[in-house]
This record gives sequence, structure tokens and C-alpha cells, in this order.
Amino acid sequence: MLITRKIEFSASHVCRNPRLSDEENRALYGMAANPHGHGHNYVVEVSVEGIPDAVTGMVLDLKELKAVLSREIVEPYDHRFLNHEVAPFDRVVPTTENIACDIWRRLDSHLSNGAARLHSVRVYETADLYVDYFGEQPCSA
Amino acid sequence: MFRVTRRYEFAASHRLDAAALSEEENRRLYGKCNNPYGHGHNYAIEVSVRGPLDDSSGRAVDTARLDDLVAREVLRPFHQRNLNTEIAAFAARVPTSENLAAEIGRRLKAAWNSEFPGRWPELERIRIAETARNIFEIGADEIE
Repeated sequence: MLITRKIEFSASHVCRNPRLSDEENRALYGMAANPHGHGHNYVVEVSVEGIPDAVTGMVLDLKELKAVLSREIVEPYDHRFLNHEVAPFDRVVPTTENIACDIWRRLDSHLSNGAARLHSVRVYETADLYVDYFGEQPCSA
Repeated sequence: MFRVTRRYEFAASHRLDAAALSEEENRRLYGKCNNPYGHGHNYAIEVSVRGPLDDSSGRAVDTARLDDLVAREVLRPFHQRNLNTEIAAFAARVPTSENLAAEIGRRLKAAWNSEFPGRWPELERIRIAETARNIFEIGADEIE
């Protein structure tokens, strides 16, 4: 069974790879390469997989899930400039893919203990673009 | 591996009427969708693409290229059109959202290599919301 909880945070970022020229960055990332940065209201859906406990009838304690998401993701990410204030985005381009990876990395040890297991992280950068990450390959973060 | 999903919209009209059935059978089967004058929807489509992270860009797909491909193959030909009379695939096939999803998938698959000549990313699925309440999904491996 899957349980999904949704969180939101607002943050700014620049998509720019320091190994590429300004022109290459503009060609690759378009307006997202604007060096002054721009922001999004990110929406994140975290899905946890498990079998309901015979006694409690729950896969995991949702109060605890809420606290973990708030502490591990919303607090460090919300109202921040990701490239300047949230590691590893001082050296990793904060694309939606890399953000999904970093969120997985921050959550996995907190959610995959006991009966439940982190199943997937979905990050909406806008309503028209989202990324799903299932932890299949180690990310560059 | 990542799944990247992009959402697009187009508005089009259609009429559901199966050539093999009688007028009465079509009315019963398709109800209001059989109205001879047709009717329209604001279709929302989601195109999901699968691939590993490109180390240099930090992305699994170049979304600008995906946008170009979808605009060229789907949005420009379908937007503000009558699907039955203006899209060849629906001359002999009922433009249900099931058939529309398959047609969109076929168009994207056929043109895929022009934008994405490498092994990755690959098309994973097409999802169509005909209205907010009716949603249809087809996997790339189900598309002929």
C-alpha cells in the first residue's frame, strides 16, 4: 500500500553549470539560466510503501511523517535561494531532477526504518512540469 | 532513473459516431457525445519521459526539445480543430480519448528520433484528461 503526503515550499534558483559558457548555459536552460535567479512554488509528493500494522491499522504514523517532511525538507528549503543557501546546490545544478534526488537523500534514512519504505518522490516545479524519482540510481547530489 | 512529465493543453471538437453501428445504436452508446453537430473539450495531455540524469545538465530530458516535438506533432495540428474532419487518423476511427491517446503516442513515437536520437530519454506514457473527471492513460509499449 502507498501513502502519499504533500508539502509545499517556495524557493529561488538558477540553472547554470559553471563548466559551461554563458552562451551554452542560455542554450541549455533558456530563461532558467538568468543569473539573478527566479522562483517557484514547489509542490512535493512523498510516497511511502508498506503493509498496515495489524494493531494500529497504519503503515506509518502520519504525525511522524509530517514532522519529518517539515524538519528535513520544508525548513531547509522554504524561502531560500537554493544555489546559495541549500547544499548541495552550491555545486549541483538545482534542476527539478536534482531536487527530487536531494529530497530522496534527505528522507530515505528517516522513512525506510521499520515496516515502511520510501517509494517515490514527485516534485512539481510548476503545474505543467513534474519529476518522479524512485531511488533507482545514485544521483549526482 | 527519472520520469519527467510535462503537461500541455489544446482545445478541439469531436463527435463520437461508430460507422459500424446504426443511428439508434450510436445514440444509445455515446449519448450526448453523438450529437451530430459535435462538441469540444479543453484537452490536457501529460507526456512522461524516462531517462537517466545527464551529468552536464543535471536533467533527464531537454524539456525545450520535448516542447518543440509536442508542439509540432500534436498541439499545432490538433489545437482549434475538428478531430473528425481535419485529422486523417479519425476519418475512419472514432476520436474517443482512448484512440486520441494512441494517435498522440504514435505521432510522438514516429518523430521521436528527430529530437532524441540517443538511447535516452524514452517515451514512457501519454495521459489525456478529456475533462477533469475523465482521464485516459496509455504506456509507450502499448502503442503500435
